[in-house]
Amino acid sequence: MAASSTASRSSLRSGRIGPLWELFFRYGPPRWSEYIRRNWAGQRLVIAVPYLWLTLFFLVPFLIVLKISFAEFAPFGRPPYEPILRWMQDGALQLRLLFGSYSYLLHEPLYISGWLYSLKIAAISTLLCLLLAYPMAYAIARASPTGRNVLLMLVILPFWTSFLLRVYAWIGLLKTDGVINNVLTSLGIIHEPLEMMNTTFAVYVGIVYSYLPFMVLPLYSNLEKHDLTLLEAASDLGAGPVRSFFRITLPLSVPGIVAGSLLVFIPAVGEYVIPSLLGSSDQLMIASLLSDEFFHNRDWPRASAVAIAMLVVLLVPIMIFQYFQNRELRAQRR
Amino acid sequence: MAESRERKKVEPWRDPHAKPYLQIDNVTKKFGDFVAVNNVSLKIHRGEIFCLLGGSGCGKSTLLRMLAGFEKPTSGAIFLDGQDMAQMPPYQRPVNMMFQSYALFPHMTVERNVAFGLEQERLPRGEIADRVAEILGIVKLGEYAKRKPHQLSGGQRQRVALARSLVKRPKMLLLDEPLGALDRKLREHTQFELINIQEQLGVTFIVVTHDQEEAMTLATRIGVMNRGEIVQIGTPTEIYEFPTSRFVADFIGSVNMFEGRLIEDLPDRVRIRSDELGGVVYVDHGISAAPGAAVWAAIRPEKIAITRQPPARAAENCVHGVVTEIAYMGDLSVYLVKLDTGRIVRVTLPNIERLSDDERIQWDEAVYLSWHESSPVVVTQ
Repeated sequence: MAASSTASRSSLRSGRIGPLWELFFRYGPPRWSEYIRRNWAGQRLVIAVPYLWLTLFFLVPFLIVLKISFAEFAPFGRPPYEPILRWMQDGALQLRLLFGSYSYLLHEPLYISGWLYSLKIAAISTLLCLLLAYPMAYAIARASPTGRNVLLMLVILPFWTSFLLRVYAWIGLLKTDGVINNVLTSLGIIHEPLEMMNTTFAVYVGIVYSYLPFMVLPLYSNLEKHDLTLLEAASDLGAGPVRSFFRITLPLSVPGIVAGSLLVFIPAVGEYVIPSLLGSSDQLMIASLLSDEFFHNRDWPRASAVAIAMLVVLLVPIMIFQYFQNRELRAQRR
Repeated sequence: MAESRERKKVEPWRDPHAKPYLQIDNVTKKFGDFVAVNNVSLKIHRGEIFCLLGGSGCGKSTLLRMLAGFEKPTSGAIFLDGQDMAQMPPYQRPVNMMFQSYALFPHMTVERNVAFGLEQERLPRGEIADRVAEILGIVKLGEYAKRKPHQLSGGQRQRVALARSLVKRPKMLLLDEPLGALDRKLREHTQFELINIQEQLGVTFIVVTHDQEEAMTLATRIGVMNRGEIVQIGTPTEIYEFPTSRFVADFIGSVNMFEGRLIEDLPDRVRIRSDELGGVVYVDHGISAAPGAAVWAAIRPEKIAITRQPPARAAENCVHGVVTEIAYMGDLSVYLVKLDTGRIVRVTLPNIERLSDDERIQWDEAVYLSWHESSPVVVTQ
């Protein structure tokens, strides 16, 4: 009871007013100037810009793709699909939704294995990123303020060069007569060059390398906020450094782990550039399948269905991400 | 109250043969060139509530952190119950600390917070549950066991922190500004509760505080610290009534301090002439000071009488002045009186009776200030 009343009061104070009818019940017939002042002038205007942007450049294209995914493939058409809305001769408006593209995705072994491969690559890459990034983020968060800035700079620095270029550079490192093989051979550690290019290993290297900063930064921003007296308290209560880490630091960094993992996992599932440059052509990730479907087969409906399915699959982790993000925001406000 | 009187009767520090429970020997702590704690030696006995009192930066917290093990002394030794603790890491010491910020684990319930220390000892689960329930009962938080810290009030969090540090039955409990974050009413209540719990469990408390009121109510003995050194150790009464230095006299309570010179120095009485005061201070006890040395007579504001008529023996311990400020505080009134020499003297009077404005001494009235010959304290440094 008390909690709900404070909640409504704080929403009033923040100037956040609900829908129009709520105002109507509270204050009687609307005074438009008041409503516009409170709702339009400040927050709404600021929010309207990204809303408009997302509507034009995400929602509308998404609806177009959704529409195409239900259309019938017309191999020689231009565009290569049949319209889904059509006037019949008897004057009826016909809406034809074909689910064939979707059911194909569920039955075709190529797609199923593509999905599983993508999820496996993304999951293992995320785990590797986490294992590498956690000690890095921890060290940065505990470094001296100047050292911290330098180290963060070093994490962000790779973004200043083109992503594509950096992935290409890995070819030079990994290929049969590349830098790594040459160095190892000349040191006498190996006698036969290692077969690293066009393997799953190379894809892991590329993804972990490219996405590591996305894991480090959220982890750092979480670890940096930790109250170090909690560790002193744990130590005082008899917990050694290792137990303190697992009982205090690790649980408190879960929001950072979740945020970082999703920032790596979500784009890694749909990664296209890295597997096409470094990976093998025997095993394709889902984004490559989509690209082939679209550009080689010109089967737009099926490619669209793949795109929609990808979004649906990724919606679950995105929602988890949102949940944890909100939870951390709420915890910070306390 | 009866208990605290009983507590006062047992004063192990008066007995030179009593073995101290905690012994701090010549402990010094330096941070670079800065000497935070300078050659401190202390003997604290079992069951005491010892308060380290001092302003910010006086080294009291550093000393406490050395007892907890978070800082290592640069030199010196710390013995607890005969055991050398200097090199022991915090998680092996039989002492626990209650942090100023409480440092409750935000992701654990009250119960889990309190159980944390016992889990580190790997006690059987049943025993942990029993002891947690027992201590939560003592701090009256039984019904809050399943709550998270952010769902508690400041006072409740303070008690969780207390329970968490006491549940391990430490040989010594270190409290860093234990009541600092509480509001005034709650603080007073909690002070007495803290004393009760201490007596119930018999744990030795070492309290760090900058709040002299807190130190006075809690402590069996107070160690006043200044610039990394302990300047005086004594019971609250000793510290207040018999300060040995200007710093202590000034730090504890408020005081009027008059610089002067000894004009008569006998074993049972001294006379001090003070130009600042414009008169002579007569003290009915002897002091130890070099003849002719500068001394200070310290007189507490509540020990000065303020009258319109000159008192009977007006030659000594009596000066004349004009009231310049009156502050009515409810329970007492503070008068600032400007002496003929220009010096301002602070006098407090308890408001025992409800007086009309005519009866009460008013602004700009000429008044006499006088005090009993036992009241001044003479300090030489």
